[in-house]
Amino acid sequence: MAFAAFSTAEAQPQAQRKRSPIALLLLLPGIAYLVLFFLTPLVSLVLTSLQAPSEIGDIGVYDYAFNWQNYVDVVDQYWPHILRSFGYALVATVAALVISYPLAYFIGVKARRWPLLQSLMLVLVIAPFFISFLLRTLAWKQILSDESFIITSLKALSLMAPDAHFTGTPFAVIFGLTYNFIPFMTLPLYTTLERLDLRYLEAGSDLYASPFHVFRKVTIPLSMPGIVAGTLLTFIPAAGDYVNASRDFLGGPDTR
Amino acid sequence: MAIREFAERGADLELVGIQKRFPGFTAIEDLDLKIPAGSFFALLGPSGCGKTTTLRLVAGLEEPTQGRILIGGNDVTSTRAHERPVNTVFQSYALFPHMTIIENVAFGLKRRKIGDAMAKAHEALKLVELDHIAQRKPQQLSGGQQQRVALARAIVNRPALLLLDEPLGALDLKLRRQMQLELKSIQEEVGLTFLHVTHDQEEAMTMADTVAVMNKGAIEQMGAPEELYELPRTAFVANFLGQSNLFTGPVVSTTEAAITIEAAGARIIVPTARAQRHQGEVTVGVRPEKVSLHTEAPVADADRNVLGAGRVVDVSFSGVSTQYLVEIPGQGIVTVFAQNIGFGPVAGLGSEVWVSWAVEHGFGLEDEPSEVRFQDDASTSSLAALHREALVSELEEH
Repeated sequence: MAFAAFSTAEAQPQAQRKRSPIALLLLLPGIAYLVLFFLTPLVSLVLTSLQAPSEIGDIGVYDYAFNWQNYVDVVDQYWPHILRSFGYALVATVAALVISYPLAYFIGVKARRWPLLQSLMLVLVIAPFFISFLLRTLAWKQILSDESFIITSLKALSLMAPDAHFTGTPFAVIFGLTYNFIPFMTLPLYTTLERLDLRYLEAGSDLYASPFHVFRKVTIPLSMPGIVAGTLLTFIPAAGDYVNASRDFLGGPDTR
Repeated sequence: MAIREFAERGADLELVGIQKRFPGFTAIEDLDLKIPAGSFFALLGPSGCGKTTTLRLVAGLEEPTQGRILIGGNDVTSTRAHERPVNTVFQSYALFPHMTIIENVAFGLKRRKIGDAMAKAHEALKLVELDHIAQRKPQQLSGGQQQRVALARAIVNRPALLLLDEPLGALDLKLRRQMQLELKSIQEEVGLTFLHVTHDQEEAMTMADTVAVMNKGAIEQMGAPEELYELPRTAFVANFLGQSNLFTGPVVSTTEAAITIEAAGARIIVPTARAQRHQGEVTVGVRPEKVSLHTEAPVADADRNVLGAGRVVDVSFSGVSTQYLVEIPGQGIVTVFAQNIGFGPVAGLGSEVWVSWAVEHGFGLEDEPSEVRFQDDASTSSLAALHREALVSELEEH
């Protein structure tokens, strides 16, 4: 019985709290907003996606119907594009994770003793958002174009074949996706790593785990919430992104 | 160093000329320490005295600025934490929140690739009587249970040296007593070397074979608990380990057997063998429980020091004993602990009393008296007494 006195469950009374009407009232604007601007368009979109061409009207006129065949047609006709989207997004997400984790670890753990450095680095991570990502991607197109200093130098040094291109390749698209989504990966990772209790790492090394094992068995599992959040925030928008793959930006005819 | 094997028995720990500096302050000045194999050693000191830093140095979680650390005769100064045959029970327990209890306990065994890790982990949990909750997560456990898991997680590895960083600090008094006894019996059972860091003097004295009192990054005194308590060498030890009544004055006579000091008109005799300094200004002391209270002037006796008359300024009853604070003109306040053999206090507030103690119970300190004087003033009990005195006189005026 003596031990029971310490359990947190007993320390916090588990009494059923009644939902106060004020709380519901406060929720109302939010719910109204979501219904109006999120749920309604979503339903409208789903309905539109099921439309069938009008039999009596002109070309381009559609009627509401439950034409599930639309979805079959999409997959049937565009499956290479869909697969490619997911493939690029997957590679870009992994690349963003590999780049962001050490960065977030440095900002959130190593830089703890210097809060000023921490804030400065966070600002640097987010600062690119001052410029629209369209412009930034266009800038990369310039930087990596065939006539650019970087590419001509690489060719002069024979590190690139004379007739090779950078823009228009899958590599350029993945590069662009990775670049654009690094902040979305870094910030959630930073928030978990910033709260990481270093005493667990000490306990790990005290229990004979080498730095590598401490990282794998303690640091990674404890930062899982950040990894999951960052991956979702990167993978889903990256899969739906059409800008980087567009031939007007970093893509080419084969990367759509 | 091979740590794939269980330690057969505890190992010696030796710290040689250890110094640890952090940016801005020095945590440990110059520390030499030898802890024999199989002993239960307590490092006792107030917060900020460098005891936890010492522990972290031994564990390999900090690097010493200077000096060497030897475990079982091997120099481990340059090895990293995971390469040392040492385990720590952390003050915060630091149980991995993403693992179950049994995974926590088996963690060290698995890292060392010791066979049958799960079976051994269950055995360790049985030792702390928690095998039935092996599948739970740490946050589902109470503080006391977490503490025992942390202990199991450390001792399951049979380290040559087990470090305990105030692991009982978060427990309530009753549970702490129980855990103290359990720890002690585990230590005797497995025969490991325990290094226990604590600020709780009672805990250090009940558990350890050897206690080292640490202050400001250095060890003030080291020895068996009885020895430290009965014969403190410095005012810090005299007051940190229990309480003491201290008197300062010049030595007026020295014989083979005893020295006599004169403190504000009173003569206090201390056995020569129990005094660190035999001439000049000397501070001597006696433990409050060795002091008797008299309501009438005691008959002069060569074997007893008598001070008085004084006035009782505070009486506080604590169950087993009663603490009296007696103000003796010129000597300040003398604390007396009296066993409650009969009912009620022997002397009431304000009554005239004398105090006496056997000469053989006195001790002489090695401090320069100038260092000592401030120590007494700040103690809470004397402040409380003064405050109370002021209140009483105020009441009498009205």
